[in-house]
Amino acid sequence: MIKLLKEIRIHGRGGQGNVTASEFLAEAAFADGLYAQSFPMFGSERHGAPVTAFVRISDRPIRLRSQIYEPDYVVVQDASLFAGTDVLEGLKDGGLVVINTSRPISDFKIPEEFRVVTVPATELALEIVGKPIINTIMVGAFASASGEIRLDTLEKSIRDRYPGELGEKEIVAMRQAFEKVEGAKR
Amino acid sequence: MGERVGLEVSLAVSEAVKLARADVIAAYPITPQTHIVEELSQMVADGDLDAEYVMVESEHSAMSACCGAAAVGARTFTATASQGLALMHEVLFIASGLRLPVVMAVANRALSAPISIWGDQSDVMSERDSGWIQLFAETGQEALDLTIQAFKIAEDRRVLLPAEVNIDGFTLSHVVEPIVIPGQEEVDSFLPPYEPQVILDPEKPVTMGPVGFPELYTEIKKQQNEALLGSYEVILEVWDRFAESFGRKYRPVEHYRTEDAEILINMAGAMSGTARIAVDMMRETGKKVGLIRTRLWRPYPFDEIRNAVKGAKAVAVVDRALSFGGQGGPMCSELRSALYPLAEKPVVTSYIAGLGGRDITVENFQTIVEDTGDVLANGPREEYKMIGVRE
Repeated sequence: MIKLLKEIRIHGRGGQGNVTASEFLAEAAFADGLYAQSFPMFGSERHGAPVTAFVRISDRPIRLRSQIYEPDYVVVQDASLFAGTDVLEGLKDGGLVVINTSRPISDFKIPEEFRVVTVPATELALEIVGKPIINTIMVGAFASASGEIRLDTLEKSIRDRYPGELGEKEIVAMRQAFEKVEGAKR
Repeated sequence: MGERVGLEVSLAVSEAVKLARADVIAAYPITPQTHIVEELSQMVADGDLDAEYVMVESEHSAMSACCGAAAVGARTFTATASQGLALMHEVLFIASGLRLPVVMAVANRALSAPISIWGDQSDVMSERDSGWIQLFAETGQEALDLTIQAFKIAEDRRVLLPAEVNIDGFTLSHVVEPIVIPGQEEVDSFLPPYEPQVILDPEKPVTMGPVGFPELYTEIKKQQNEALLGSYEVILEVWDRFAESFGRKYRPVEHYRTEDAEILINMAGAMSGTARIAVDMMRETGKKVGLIRTRLWRPYPFDEIRNAVKGAKAVAVVDRALSFGGQGGPMCSELRSALYPLAEKPVVTSYIAGLGGRDITVENFQTIVEDTGDVLANGPREEYKMIGVRE
């Protein structure tokens, strides 16, 4: 019935722009002519605490408002979360996980039924943007690996929110992430 | 016919207030409502909204300032949640008693203790009897539309009562979703400037809020209640007019797949969206299930509810609030009372779910319907059940 619904769960820590990342994805999907919904699940709002954000994308209006328990995609903005959180919980068989890390994929012991890609988002951010703003880079990596979102619409949604130099730098970093994603795409 | 954008629901409410050309906004920020008034203060600071933004030191002051502003004839808005609404408590009764058409958005959130920033509907249920018109939104579009409509309803001379638009905290307030923003001209033609009947004016002094001696108090309260009950017809009229102008139709109770339904789910707010999906899934397996969503909570739509349950074997009411030591859910108590005089009435079951940000899943709704089926088969058990409790 809701066959054409895609669900994305973003895991990060407070201050990493997790909610903004979910909004970028929803806005870009929306700009692509799809229906989209994004929403956060806050802990108590503080830097460093685990934060989860959700995105649903569909070609039909979305009425479902529960949290996402069986995502098609998981985005992990902070690899240290693997130590204390079951970020892969409920991920569908064949589901894709996108991890911010410069470590090799084999370090993460991802079960075989999942696809996994990595991107050194923090390094790219420090190098290109000069600040550890990773969410734009991670959505770029997600767009590249999943094929669900077009890079140019994502760029527009970032440019709308961060007009000027910062936004442009972020877009450069995001493009690099789009190219640099390592692992099994699609 | 307006522009469809991807927008956070809180900001859509701010947009509605701007389109309504509010004159005065007095508010104190509180999660999860903060984005609404933050955006409004930005609009005022940027000169995009020609309004007075009154920064206050508490919600008690916010509502007091709103009363003052409405008393001089200003179109007035505030927003709050949870402890903030609780702190407004005494002033809410002054707004309704003085017949001041203040409009308020409440991003529904649990009450302390323990401290919870997360959503449920305990806050509004504690203000159920404050004399306000109370509406619940399921979607961002509805949140925007109801806010615009609320001004027109509240300011109608046959009504002159404050109105409250409830949007579930986080589950609705923080969601980014597609919303049609109506054009300013269309809103202007739907909602002309407020024309107050009597205002506070030093040139023509009047007294508002004097002592109501025992010889008068009862009559004034009867009048006030009649105004609230009478607002029902005005609300329907405003909704018809809105449908003509904007094409979106509203009713006090919304029906979803209720045709031939044996078990009806009744609830209010954003989680009804998830209930719809549960209904779809159960329908696919041949279960005759439907949803009646309460949009208008005060005045309570007695007749619509009575008509909506006709033919059903059971109604499962899902409340996001708990009346301690009472019958369980406030919405369920109300529905039971509404049905009590009927000769033929369905079995009513009561469920409490979604407290303090606890999710309500499709599976929870399936459990609720199965449990109600069990009550139909084997007779009633406890007064109400709490769903999803870890024991």
